[in-house]
Amino acid sequence: MTTLTDDTLPATPRAMRDEMIVFVVMALLLASVPFTGVYPFFVMQALCFALLACAFNLLIGYGGLLSFGHAMFLGTAGYCSAHALKVWALPPELGILVGIAAAFVLSLITGYISIRRQGIYFSMITLALSQLLYFIYLQAPFTHGEDGIQGIPQGHMFGVFDLSKPTVLYYVVLVGFLAGFLLIFRIINSPFGEVLKAIRENEPRAISLGYRTDQYKFLAFVLSGTLAGFAGALKVFVAQNASLTDVHWSMSGEVVLMTLVGGLGTIFGPVVGAFVIIAMQQYLAGFGQWVTVIQGSIFVICVLTFRRGVIGEIAHYFRRSL
Amino acid sequence: MRATFKGTPKGSGAGSMQALYAQLLVGLINGSFYALLSLGLAVIFGMLNIINFAHGALYMMGAFVAYFLLNLGGINYWWALLFAPIIVGIFGMILERTMLQWLTGLDHLYGLLLTFGIALIVQGVFQNYFGSSGLPYAIPDQLKGGMNLGFMFLPIYRGWVVVFSLVVCLATWFLIEKTQLGAYLRAATENPTLVRAFGINVPRMITLTYGLGVGLAALAGVLSAPINQVRPLMGADLIIVVFAVVVIGGMGSIMGSIITGFALGVIEGLTKYFYPEASNTVVFVLMVLVLLVKPTGLTGRAA
Repeated sequence: MTTLTDDTLPATPRAMRDEMIVFVVMALLLASVPFTGVYPFFVMQALCFALLACAFNLLIGYGGLLSFGHAMFLGTAGYCSAHALKVWALPPELGILVGIAAAFVLSLITGYISIRRQGIYFSMITLALSQLLYFIYLQAPFTHGEDGIQGIPQGHMFGVFDLSKPTVLYYVVLVGFLAGFLLIFRIINSPFGEVLKAIRENEPRAISLGYRTDQYKFLAFVLSGTLAGFAGALKVFVAQNASLTDVHWSMSGEVVLMTLVGGLGTIFGPVVGAFVIIAMQQYLAGFGQWVTVIQGSIFVICVLTFRRGVIGEIAHYFRRSL
Repeated sequence: MRATFKGTPKGSGAGSMQALYAQLLVGLINGSFYALLSLGLAVIFGMLNIINFAHGALYMMGAFVAYFLLNLGGINYWWALLFAPIIVGIFGMILERTMLQWLTGLDHLYGLLLTFGIALIVQGVFQNYFGSSGLPYAIPDQLKGGMNLGFMFLPIYRGWVVVFSLVVCLATWFLIEKTQLGAYLRAATENPTLVRAFGINVPRMITLTYGLGVGLAALAGVLSAPINQVRPLMGADLIIVVFAVVVIGGMGSIMGSIITGFALGVIEGLTKYFYPEASNTVVFVLMVLVLLVKPTGLTGRAA
């Protein structure tokens, strides 16, 4: 079996330094967005999806596990945060925590079930589990079915930051995204991350070295699901609603597509992929279902000719891990 | 939202045995589709090592081809049963030759991603031209009406679907498990290099196998056209249920796929009668239970 990526370069201090430089550039670029006249709502939305794609990538790119149900974490955290904010009238920071906690519990349960099978079965199980949740949310009273939870109050973060102001909201979302991104970056470069990569490359060998690979995969699943939940909770403040689209399988597919376009197993790839796909949806919004056709074509093209993704190709060219 | 037929809701309680039998029949019909689709998935997975995410889209294409044949070419249902699987099968073989074959040797996941992309393209194109609403497809004259069996009223078309699917499933089982061609196929699944060394054209066999699996999906599509109407998204949600069926049954055994498919359809039908709220989710819940008790699936080998 060939590996998913050719990112087998060790995490040398130099590589880490290069990656930090790229990170700082990315952070500065994103921080300057409100001064450039770019529509902040678009960037905020893209940042939420970028965090989701990074969380997804932690699982596939470093654990070799393709989850086809990551929308369930996005949607569950979104619904729970939205409910906490609107019905319980909690302040934003607690609303986010409720969403993260919900995604954490969900990932414990779904991880326990799905990690039992490997490879292709794992993907089918996560897809089926997210469809199960979709039908539960369709019928559960607190989600308001097809309508979703709408008109969610944005409130004041920590009692100070007025989230109804776009610029304030933008920086709160940006800080959330960067914090999540740094956490994932730290996980990938930790000893735990190295073991994950070892499992991805050659699981039997990792087992023979004495690693309990199932436990590592389970932990990676829970981390990934919880971080995806964080993205879902942030998204509630941007979109001000929580709806069934966020739990639908097509959303899970979009996350896969973003990561694939940017580069599986690259650190910055999912961010680039998320911006590309969200921008594409924005510009092609008038073309109706052709967007689906285009997305499908991108899938096909990426798998057949462009498996490293944008960042993966760049990293390969410069022989760096990015 | 669901691609499968929901059945007519009837009051429960005394005197509703009719309703119970009706739901059992609906369950058997859905079970036929599960069996035909999971059978095709298993056959394709055996040879190509690919989970064919496009299976639902190709099932939908089968129904649309039958619709076009009838409305554009005046070709009736019986010929559609023959031609739709062939046409969609050829389409599938073209997909295999032009795209899937390049994935040999790559991680399984790329096959899933590629076929997911194909499914999006096919469904998107049909949605563009036909929206999301259903197109009617009339039951052929010979199968109209119903029979009174004493304990229930059996619409003939529904009985036909169940019997015909069962026959096709068993014929496929016979082809793969009992014939010379099937023996080649099983051998090529185990060790393609050795089989090639015996002078058998394995790549061509792989293409034909994909065509066969896809043809079975298209056949299920034709069968379902008069029951479920013809809709661009008719296969999108169905394929996820079929994935759960495959996880429950495992893909190691042909007969296992058939039995699991029918059994889950019946269980779903019973759920529709006893606790309709759970009828959408029962297959997924069963999948969870099976994974907790027997992680390898009911008939499956470790994968």
